[in-house]
Amino acid sequence: MATKTAWAATITASSSMPDEPDATAASSGPDDPSRRVRIPVISVRADAPQFQIAAKNPRRAELVASSGFVLAAASFAGFGAAYWQNYSNFWLAVTFSVGFAGLGYGMVVWGKYLMPRGPFSESRHSLVPTSAQREVFVQDFASRGKVAVERRGFLVKTLGLASGILGVVLAFPLLRSLGPLPGKTLRQTAWRRGSYLVDVTGRKIKTGDLEVGGFTTVFPETDIGGAYSQTMLIRVDPPPASGYLTPPPQFAKQRATWAPQGYIAFSKVCTHAGCPVGLYQELTKKMLCPCHQSLFDVTDAAIPIFGPAPRPLPQLPLYIDDEGYFRAQDGYDEPVGPGYWERGND
Amino acid sequence: MIDALFNWFDERLGISGSGRKMLNKIFPDHWSFLIGEIALYSFIVLLGTGVFLTLYFVPSSKEVIYEGSYAPLRGQPVSEAFASTLNLSFAVRGGLLMRQMHHWSANIFVGSIVVHMLRIFFTGAFRKPRELNWIVGSTLLILAIFNGFLGYSLPDDLVSGTGIRISFSIVESIPLIGSYAAFFLFGGNFPGNAIIPRFFILHVLVLPAVIVGLLSAHLGMLVRQKHTQFPGRGNTPRNVVGAPLWPTFVAKTTGFMFLTVAVTGVLSAFFQINPVWLYGPYVPYKVSYAVQPDWYMGWLDGALRIMPSWEIVGFGHMIPNVFFPAILLPGITFGVLQMWPFIEARLTHDHAEHQILDRPRDRPKRTAFGAAVFSFYFVLFGASATDVLANYLSISLNVVLTSFRFLAIAVPLIVFPVTYRICKEMQSVPTAGKRKRANVVLRSAEGGYSTVRAEERPGDAVPRVDPLPLDEDLQFVPVMAGVLAGGDVLAEETQPESPAEVDSDRPRSGIFRIPRNYR
Ligand code: FES
Repeated sequence: MATKTAWAATITASSSMPDEPDATAASSGPDDPSRRVRIPVISVRADAPQFQIAAKNPRRAELVASSGFVLAAASFAGFGAAYWQNYSNFWLAVTFSVGFAGLGYGMVVWGKYLMPRGPFSESRHSLVPTSAQREVFVQDFASRGKVAVERRGFLVKTLGLASGILGVVLAFPLLRSLGPLPGKTLRQTAWRRGSYLVDVTGRKIKTGDLEVGGFTTVFPETDIGGAYSQTMLIRVDPPPASGYLTPPPQFAKQRATWAPQGYIAFSKVCTHAGCPVGLYQELTKKMLCPCHQSLFDVTDAAIPIFGPAPRPLPQLPLYIDDEGYFRAQDGYDEPVGPGYWERGND
Repeated sequence: MIDALFNWFDERLGISGSGRKMLNKIFPDHWSFLIGEIALYSFIVLLGTGVFLTLYFVPSSKEVIYEGSYAPLRGQPVSEAFASTLNLSFAVRGGLLMRQMHHWSANIFVGSIVVHMLRIFFTGAFRKPRELNWIVGSTLLILAIFNGFLGYSLPDDLVSGTGIRISFSIVESIPLIGSYAAFFLFGGNFPGNAIIPRFFILHVLVLPAVIVGLLSAHLGMLVRQKHTQFPGRGNTPRNVVGAPLWPTFVAKTTGFMFLTVAVTGVLSAFFQINPVWLYGPYVPYKVSYAVQPDWYMGWLDGALRIMPSWEIVGFGHMIPNVFFPAILLPGITFGVLQMWPFIEARLTHDHAEHQILDRPRDRPKRTAFGAAVFSFYFVLFGASATDVLANYLSISLNVVLTSFRFLAIAVPLIVFPVTYRICKEMQSVPTAGKRKRANVVLRSAEGGYSTVRAEERPGDAVPRVDPLPLDEDLQFVPVMAGVLAGGDVLAEETQPESPAEVDSDRPRSGIFRIPRNYR
C-alpha cells in the first residue's frame, strides 16, 4: 500500500530534447541508437503545491459541483414541461437560465476546486525569424518569381487586362443595379400647382376643419402617406385681420399670400436628418422635431431657433378655392428634408 | 471503441503531435481575461438564437393586415416584417425568449467588446507584436455595432424605422457620392421596399460571415502569439503562466459560457427589451417621443444632437450638418482607434516587443489620454438623452443642450489631469492594488481598544507559488494521476527506473496520463 510518504517521493519526469532533431538523426531509422537522446531529468515532487487541488475538502467540492448539475437537470426538465404546457415566456426563461446557471456553476467549481491549482507555465519563443531564414525565403520567392513571372511580361499584361475588365463590369451588378440614380427625386415632392390637401385617410381638408391652434398632417392626393410630401398644416391663433398671416420681412413680398386665414403649412421632413417634425406647441407656436429636438418658429418662416437643424422647413404656399378646400398654389420652391452634396444653396 | 475512433482520425489528420501542444496551452488566470470570453460566448448565443429567429421572421416590407394574437394592433396595416416579428414573439413557443435573448446578447456582445478593448488599451496589450490583432479586434467592434444596428432595424417598428430614416440622411450627407450611395443602398429614395430584405441578408449572412472569419483570425493570432500577462511572480516575457487548456481551462471556460447563457436568459426573463408592439409599425409620417437607439449607437445620437446647426454651402454644393457628427466623427474615432498602436509607438519611440502588460498607473499619460477620450464619448452618450433629462429634471431643453455642448469639451479636459494625478499618486503607494489583510479593532470589557489582524480570507490563504513549467516534454505522469485519483496508486510508478534515457520516438502522452495500474 502506498502511504502518504509515497507522495513525497521524488519522481522523474522525462523530457526529450526540445530542439528539432538535427539532419543526421532525421535521416536514420527509428531504431538507430543515434536517435536515442539523453533526456534531462526534471524532478518534480509529487507534493508540489501546483498539483494540489484547491479544495480543502474534495468530497464536499464534488458535492457542490454536482448539486449544480442536478439543479440543471431539474431545470431543463422544467423547461421541457413549461414548453410542453405552453407556459409564459417568463417560465421558459427562468427554467432555461437556471439550468444553464447550474451547469455553469458546476463546471466552474469543478475547474476551480477539483483540478490542479497551478500555476503552470509554458515557454514563449520569439516569432521573429532569423535573418538567415528570412533571406532564404525572400531569395526563394524572388528567384521563382523571376523565372515564372518577370520573363512572361505578355502573360502578365493580358492577365491584367482580363481582371481589369472583369473589375469594371462587376461594378454594374454589384453597384449600379442596386438602385436608380437620384436624378430629380430629391428636389421634387408630389406637390403640384392646385394639389388638394388631404389627410391620411384621403379626405380633402376644408376651412374650419381645424380648431384654432390645431394641426394635422396633410398630403397631396397622389402621394398619401408619402415620406417626402408629408406636410404639417397648422391653424395659427389669432387669425390675422388682413386674411393672411404676415411672413417675416425677408419673405414679405414672396410669401405674402401663402398662409390664408391663419392656416400655414410647412414640410414635415426635418432639415436635420429627416425625421417627421411631428410636435406642435400651440402656446409658443413652435414645431419640435422629436429626434434631436430642433425647434422651428412657425410665425417666423419655420426658422430653426434651437437644436442642430441648419435650415428652415420649406413652406407650402396655400390658397382656398371657391368651395372652401385647401389647395397648393404650387409645389415647394426648394428641396425638402436634409441636405446632400448636390443641393447647393437652393 | 473511442480509442479506435481516435486512432482513425489521428492516422488521417495527425492530431496527436500538435494536439499535445494545444493541451498545454496556458491561459493566464486574471479576471480581466474573461471579458473577451464573454464577447465570444455572447456571439455564440447570437448565432444560436439568431438561427431560430430566421425560421420565423419574414424580411419583407410588403403591407399586410395584422391578424395575429396581439389584440391592440389587429386589423392594422403593417409590414410582413413587423407582423412576423409579432408572430414569432406571441405565437411561436419560446419565440419571445429567443428574441429577447438575441437582443440582450447583442447588447452584451458589443458591451463586452468595448470593455475588453478598454482592458487591452489601458494595459498596453496592443503593442508589438499584437498590433495586427488590435486592428482585427477593433474591426470586430465596428462590425458588431453595425450589425447590431441592422438587426434592431429589421422589425420595421416605429422607433427603428425612424433610425433607418436618420441613417438614410447620414449616408446621403457624404460629400460627392452621398445621394448615390443612399439610393444604391436603399434601392431608390427613402423608404422604398428594398431596405428590409437588404438589411436582412447583410445582418444574417454577410456580416456574420465576416465576423466569424475575423474572429477566427483573432483567436488564431492569439494562439500563435500566446497571451500577454501581468507582471507577477514567475511571469517573464519568455513564458506564459496560468492554467493549461486541458482540463482546467476547458472546465472553467465551458462553465463560463453556460453562465453567459444563463445571464442572458435571466435578463430576458425579467427585463423586456425592444417591445416593438408598443411602438407600433413604422409609418413615415409618424414619430414617437423620446426616440433613442440602442446604447452602442447612443454616442452618435448624442453627437447629432449637440452639433451646432452648421452646414457648409458653396460652389453649388453642400456639406450637410449631419456629415460632421455622423460620418466625420465616427470616421476619426475608428481611424484613430485602429491606428492607435502605431500612433503610440510613434509618440513613445517604443518599438520593442512587449509580452508583459502595463499596470495602467505606470503609464499615466496613456491612461489619462484614454480616460479623457472615453469620457468624451460618455458625455456624447449622455447627450442622447437630452429630452429625457430635460423632462425628468424639469429644466429647459435649451439649458440641457448648452450644458452638454460645454461638458463635451470640459469633461475630457478635466479628466485628463485628474487621471494623471491619480496614477502618479498610486505609483507612490507601494501596496496600491494589492490585497491587504484587514485589521479588526476590538474593545475590551474595560473599554480599552486593541487591534488584531482579521481572520484570513480565502484569497489570503493561498500563497503564490512559482509556476511549474509544462513544456511539451515534461511528463507528470504519475503525479497528476495520483492526485486526481485520491492518492493511492503511486507506489510502483513513483519508483521509476530513474530513466536517464528514453526513446524519443515513444509517443508522448498527456500530462495527466493515467498510470498503468490505474484503469
Ligand atoms: S431629424 Fe429633426 S432634429 Fe434631427
